[in-house]
Amino acid sequence: MPSPETRAEQPLISLRDIHLSFGSNRVLRGIDLDVQRGQAVSIIGPSGSGKSTILRCITGLLQPQRGNIRVGETEVHKLKSEAQRIELRKRVGFVFQQYNLFPHLSVLENLVIAPRKVLGRNSAQAEQEARALLAKVRMEHKADAYPGQLSGGQQQRVAIARALAMRPELILFDEVTSALDPETVGEVLTVIRELTEEGMTCVLVTHEMRFAEDISDVVYFTENGLIVEHGSAEQIFQRPVSERTQAFLRHALGDAGRRPAAAGDPYLLSNISRYGLSV
Amino acid sequence: MAIDSSASLPLSWPRRHPGKLVLLAALALLLIFGAPKSPVFAALYEWSPALAVGFGQNILISLLAIAIGSLLGLLIGALAVSPLWITRLPARIWVQVFRNAPWLVLIYFTTYVFPFELHIGKSWIAFPDWVKVTIGLALPASANVAEIFRGAIGSIPSTQWEASRSLAFTRGQIFRSIILPQCFKRMLPPWMNLYAVITMGTALASLVGVHDLIDTAQIASNTVNLTGFTVLIYFSVLALFFAYCYPISRITQFLERRYAFS
Repeated sequence: MPSPETRAEQPLISLRDIHLSFGSNRVLRGIDLDVQRGQAVSIIGPSGSGKSTILRCITGLLQPQRGNIRVGETEVHKLKSEAQRIELRKRVGFVFQQYNLFPHLSVLENLVIAPRKVLGRNSAQAEQEARALLAKVRMEHKADAYPGQLSGGQQQRVAIARALAMRPELILFDEVTSALDPETVGEVLTVIRELTEEGMTCVLVTHEMRFAEDISDVVYFTENGLIVEHGSAEQIFQRPVSERTQAFLRHALGDAGRRPAAAGDPYLLSNISRYGLSV
Repeated sequence: MAIDSSASLPLSWPRRHPGKLVLLAALALLLIFGAPKSPVFAALYEWSPALAVGFGQNILISLLAIAIGSLLGLLIGALAVSPLWITRLPARIWVQVFRNAPWLVLIYFTTYVFPFELHIGKSWIAFPDWVKVTIGLALPASANVAEIFRGAIGSIPSTQWEASRSLAFTRGQIFRSIILPQCFKRMLPPWMNLYAVITMGTALASLVGVHDLIDTAQIASNTVNLTGFTVLIYFSVLALFFAYCYPISRITQFLERRYAFS
């Protein structure tokens, strides 16, 4: 049993030199990543840079071809059977971009089914905990509704509560606000913010730059399956070292993205030569 | 279902279909008051109990065939989605063979391949023709149910699998708790459609000597020997099959519309 001091030094998650390819498409090309217990870590970067794949490797949904993954005491890359990976997944929560609630179950049943069937909790206790979690994400009034009757933001909050119902050690968030309209993004981010403040270990893949800057202890910037740069949120967002990070943030934060003021008559096809006209 | 305007404006059936109702009443009046005077209607009235018994035989065959076909089909469908090729291959062969064989050929096959009685222990048990026809129809039914089942499982988005796996469900638990409950709802409309088709297929039973509705109609037509009666009795046969299968197809349509959005 290691002493508390050494445990605090050892990261909860550590990835070393992760390589993964789908066929000839090399998605991850040597990822190193550490997450300390109680930290909120964000992974940012352009689409297709392998961010979501990293999360799927951590919980054993995908198996990398090379490299070491450790979650707590579990050597994920050494797990051979599905049964061993199931033991890992009991400790790791996952929230998806498309919520992926079970449409044939009510909100409450969505939260209760995994603790009951997987962890073997009794119904009454699981239901009581589920109601408490729904109150936490401010969805207790919809306990008997079905996912199809909820808005995207409401479904995503239920999905977060469903992950929490397993009492995980850490939660992975995979672009959880990307499918939401701007108005409902806030309600989901508030829930995540509260979780990080309570000391839940969170790994977020996100395109919400302001949010990432605000809540993250550590930010990783990935591109083309490599970690380009990592550091504290302040360091990455205020003083990025890599030119590529600087360019990405400049675009993502929208300084250069403004469209120029309208000039002239929109009905006048002044730049018609741009369109190849053939008769 | 807000987009379905007829659902938002509920009208009782008689008020929505006044024309059909009047036509039905006129037909009933014609049968009740016109029948006794004409020998053709009198003969139909006389033969109607036999026709009812014959149609009962058709319904019995169809119900048994769909029951056996469904149980067998679910088993074969489950084998067909197994990750092991050793179970998948025989299931695929079964489905391909029985889905692509003409039903009449299968009925002749079961009728003449199986013995007419079975020797179990010391006793001989009769193996009547109608049971053989039932098996003959259950075979293609099972292949179709298996295919409906496989299609339903395939139609569940893979994200449902991923979400359940991330919640530490085992493969068996995912099937039982997440995938199958969603499948059965999707399977219901095509399954009922298949039942209606099988009911119509029971008309083939008369060809191997089962005393079903068609067989009874043929006997009646030959016995009474009136051209008008022959026309009328086959119209009655048509009406009986239609009266049985049409509501099934309407309920199927209703279910398809209801489940289309969820």
